[in-house]
Formats: sequence, structure tokens, C-alpha cells
Amino acid sequence: MLEDSADDLYEHAPCGNLSTLPDGTIAKINATLLEWLGYDRDELVGRRRFSDLLTVGGKLYHETHFAPLLHMQGHVGGVAFDLRAKDGARLPVLVTSAVKTGTDGEPLLIRTTLFDARDRRAYEQELLRARQAAEHERDRLRRLVTELQRSLLPVELATPVGMRTAAYYRMASPDEVGGDFYDLFPLGDDRWGFFLGDVSGKGIEAAAVTALARYTLRAAAVYNPEPAVVLSNLNTVLYQEYLTGGTRYCTVLFGILEAGSDDGRTVTMVGGGHPYPLLLRADGHAGYEPTAGGLIVGVIPVAEFAAMTMTLAPGDTLFLYTDGLTDARVDSSGGRYGPESLLQHARTLAPASASEVVAATSRLLDTFGDGLDDDVAILALTVENASHQ
Amino acid sequence: MTDVRARNNVSITGPADGPIVMLAHGFGCDQNMWRHVTAALAGRFRVVLFDHVGSGRSDPSAWDPERYSTLAGYADDVLQICRDLDLHEIVFVGHSVSSMIGVLAANQEPDRFAALILVTPSPRYVDDAEYRGGFTAADITELLESLDSNYLGWSAAMAPVIMGNPERPELGDELTNSFCRTDPSMARVFAQATFLSDNRVDLDAVTQPTLILQCSNDAIAPPEVGAFVHDHIAASTLVTLDATGHCPQLSAPKATLNAIERFLAAYR
Repeated sequence: MLEDSADDLYEHAPCGNLSTLPDGTIAKINATLLEWLGYDRDELVGRRRFSDLLTVGGKLYHETHFAPLLHMQGHVGGVAFDLRAKDGARLPVLVTSAVKTGTDGEPLLIRTTLFDARDRRAYEQELLRARQAAEHERDRLRRLVTELQRSLLPVELATPVGMRTAAYYRMASPDEVGGDFYDLFPLGDDRWGFFLGDVSGKGIEAAAVTALARYTLRAAAVYNPEPAVVLSNLNTVLYQEYLTGGTRYCTVLFGILEAGSDDGRTVTMVGGGHPYPLLLRADGHAGYEPTAGGLIVGVIPVAEFAAMTMTLAPGDTLFLYTDGLTDARVDSSGGRYGPESLLQHARTLAPASASEVVAATSRLLDTFGDGLDDDVAILALTVENASHQ
Repeated sequence: MTDVRARNNVSITGPADGPIVMLAHGFGCDQNMWRHVTAALAGRFRVVLFDHVGSGRSDPSAWDPERYSTLAGYADDVLQICRDLDLHEIVFVGHSVSSMIGVLAANQEPDRFAALILVTPSPRYVDDAEYRGGFTAADITELLESLDSNYLGWSAAMAPVIMGNPERPELGDELTNSFCRTDPSMARVFAQATFLSDNRVDLDAVTQPTLILQCSNDAIAPPEVGAFVHDHIAASTLVTLDATGHCPQLSAPKATLNAIERFLAAYR
């Protein structure tokens, strides 16, 4: 029963056995492998190299990865190759090799074992196919998300005469639509409306509410542009959403720009639970412009808002942003960027035009890297200096 | 500011005032390929080693599939390393595709490079009209599939650990297969950049004295290719090593070193 001689074990092992010289020339080969390949022993021993038995792609891989590894660490295990049989058929195998060194430490022989990997290869190819399909779907989703996000923002930001404007949107994740929005639009009589806001949550539901908020604000402003009334209308609409099953609300800043004295602009603004905007003055000062009270929009049935008025002088820039900016994590212990840092950022910039503020803040967002948890929308409005008009 | 040394895992050895020898690994593995050459030269020369981005222990966050989809991106990295380390009179030793990366770098800043040593170079791998590169486009496709099937122990979960974890030193140097392990998606980009490249015209612009080392039996850079490179680089010498395979610095280190040292002695 136990009549296995070492020779028989080698020759008729259930795997292929092969020994080569260090340069790859085949020195010994077992019957199993010869059978798989369809060669006679004397066609291979002393006449061909191991790499001659591989496909061309396999030869390339052998020369660039397998052989160098063998030289450097003396063994390589479980590498997938395709063998080329004499009749041209391809045999998927898993190859393991080890270098046998002589007493002087110089390589004498390379011993190689080959396992039939047909089933394993078929399984791997299934997995690879599934992974490629998943990656394809993920790319499709991202394209969809980008398109949807784009459709929620104005294609091009308008520029009122005598002003410079700039805006920017940074998505926190390519896989989900965020809820930030902004717009700048004419109301006639040299008056302009603007708003910037943040709908709670992300995803498709938030996107729908974002669209609703944006168009409600636009429509309400056409009907009656008084900021307090516009936000009150938005509140009613969003609250209705809540009653019909949605649970969405938003924060928003809404304002009207009109001609002011001395080539400046008068801004009448209302805030609905939104972070105060920053004012960067022409003389280099910067500070937060507090909006008068104002709840988050859409949480109570009837909401009242009070407007405040401020002046934008030539060279001044009004800078609106969403809290994704101040909430960004800046260190490993979860510390946030915060309103103080943002104020410093504004102070360093002032005086600055709309595009300078947006560019500098975009660079700031780059430094947050993974620390950006939420989308960020920024909008900057500058009154041009008299010399530019 | 990019930390170029960290990005490319630059290591420098040898006397500070020694002549500069820069060793560039090719596709597949990393700077460890040069171990025998480094050991021999580091007594007299200032040896600079690095890993291409996407290989070895280069910074994985520096990976940019656009930048590294052409050899120009790799050549630019080489020049950045040279500038960062303020290297001059460089003898650039490039293996395989890094031969051409060296040629591109030297053509861009010729005054920085004193000489080139091209080990098993090929300016184009795919056959073309009258030119025999040795491969068909189908062969290259097969290689790319081979890369997808073999991770050599690379794992997305392990990669940050592999990239140097000071709390776990046992995960450092001698990880199995680490010298030739890489993220398969990066390997694919490097493979395409390498095997679909065509830099034949760049050879004619080389002015530095150049040593071309080829192996007598190399499936990846056959003798016709070595001859072509020799014909197109004016000040070049061609030496054929009695060696099999594509990596003589590993399979025939003595002969390789001999040829390099003779060249270094002669041209200086």
C-alpha cells in the first residue's frame, strides 16, 4: 500500500513539478506536467526555458515581477500564469518557486510547483467581472449626482452693473447630492435679489427640497421682494412639505441690492437661522454682519422675520457661505475650522474683490482634504470702486 | 510644497563628495533591484536611489493617473528630485523603461547629466512597420490582464500599513513580495505608459556619453532593439552581457558591475 517511492511521488504528483537552472533552462520535469503540456521529456529538458512555456503576457510578467522577486527573496508563491501547451491550448496554473542554493550561497536550481487553476481562474474572472460592473455603476452614479447638483445651481452667475460677483460650490462627496443653494437675479428698476442657503440632509429628498426652496424664493421675490415677506412665504411652503410627510427645513440668507448713496449699494437682508455673512471693507477691516434673529425656515407654521439694512461702499465685498465651511474638521481630534478662523481668513484678505475672495476660500477648502464633511456654497458680491465704473 | 524625498522614497548612500550616480528602477519592482550595484558603488560614489510614484514605498497619495500615464510625468519627477537634492554632473543609470525616462530627463536639462547608462533599454515595445519592438498590441493586452490577476500580496486594506508604520516595525522592510508589489490599478497605468510608449525620436537628441547594456537573451529587449538604440545615440557604446532575462543587475550582477565600472572609469 505504502509503495510510494520518492521518485513515484515526484513523477506522478497531482501537481506539476519542475526544476530549472538559474537561467530558466529546464533541468527536470515530472510526468504530470508533461502530460498537461503534451510534450515529450526530451523536447524540453536542456532545450527550453520555463518562460518558453508561458504566454507572451506571462513572459513579460515573469521577467518584470517573478524572476526579480526570485532573485531578491529566494521564493515566490501562488502567482497565476497561463501555460501554453504544445497544441496551443492555454492552461491556467498557480506557480510557486523556490531557489536552492549551494554551500557557497550561489543559486543552483529553481524548484517550481504548478497547480491546476482552471476552476479557481473561472471564479476569479467572475469576481473581476462583478467588480468591474460595480465600478461602472459607481461611475454612472457619480455622473448622475454631478448633473443633478449642477441643475440646482445657476448656470452662470449674473453681474449687476457696477458690481463684481463670484460663487463656488464644493461637493463633499461625489456620491451624494448636497442641499446647498444660491442665486442672484434681477428684479427690475436696478434692484437685484440674492440668496444663499442650506437644506437639511443630503440625497434625492434634499435635492427636491433644494429645488423647491430655490424656485419659491425666486417666485416670491417677483411677487413681493420685501425680504421678510419672501422668507415668510418660503417658511409656509416648506412647512407644508413637513405636513405632507417630508421632514425638511433650511437655513437661508435672503437680500435685496439697490442703489445707495455715493456709488454704493444698500443691502436689505434677512437671515433664517443661517450663519452671519462677512463684510470685507475697502479699508481692510472685516467683520460679521449680524442678521436680526430669524429661525430656521420650515419648522413652525408661521414664522416672522425682521430685515436689517446695511451699506456696501465701493470696494466692499459681502461674503456669504454655508456652514460646511466652518464645520470642516481641521485636526485628528475633530476640531472644527470655526467662525474665528474664518474671520481671520477674511481679515487677511480684506480688501478683496469677489473673485479673489472665492479663489482664496476655494484654496482654503483644498487644505481641508478629507475634513470636509458637508457641501460648501460661497457667494461674494463686490461694489466696484469708482475708478472701475 | 511637495516633499519630493518622501514622495519618491529617496535614499542616498556613499561619500558626500563622491560623483553622483542615480539609479532608476523599471517597471515591475522598486529600488531594491539595484542592491548589488549599490553595494559595490557606494564606497566611491554618491548613490541616489528612488521609487517611481506608484511603485515600491513611494507615497501612494501622490499618485495621479493622468500625470503617470506618460513617461513625461516620470521624467519630470526625476528632474524634481535632481533639483531638490541640487544634483549636478549626474551619471543616470536607468533600467528598462527608466532608460527612456532618463533620456527624456537628460534631453530637458542636458547640463545636469554627465553620462547615461541604459540597462536593457527599449524606445518602443510594439512592432511597427519596419521596426521590431518584439511585441504585438495583443501581447500587451495579455500583460495587462496578467496584472489584474496577480496582486503579489498587495491589499487595499494593508496598503497604508505597508507604507511605513513606525509602531509596527515588523511590518517594515522584509514583507514578502514587497519589492514588486503594487496597487494593480497603478501597475496597469505604469504598464500602459511603458509598453505603449514610443520614444524613438528622443534618442537622436542625446548628447551625453552613453553606455547601453543588453542581455544576450532578453525577451523584452531583444538584440535588434539594443542595436537600434546604439544607432540613434551618437556617443554611445553597446555592451552585450552573457545573461538571460531582462534584469542583469540581479541575474548577472558581476558582469553588470564590471561593465558599469569600466564605463565610469573611461569617460571621467
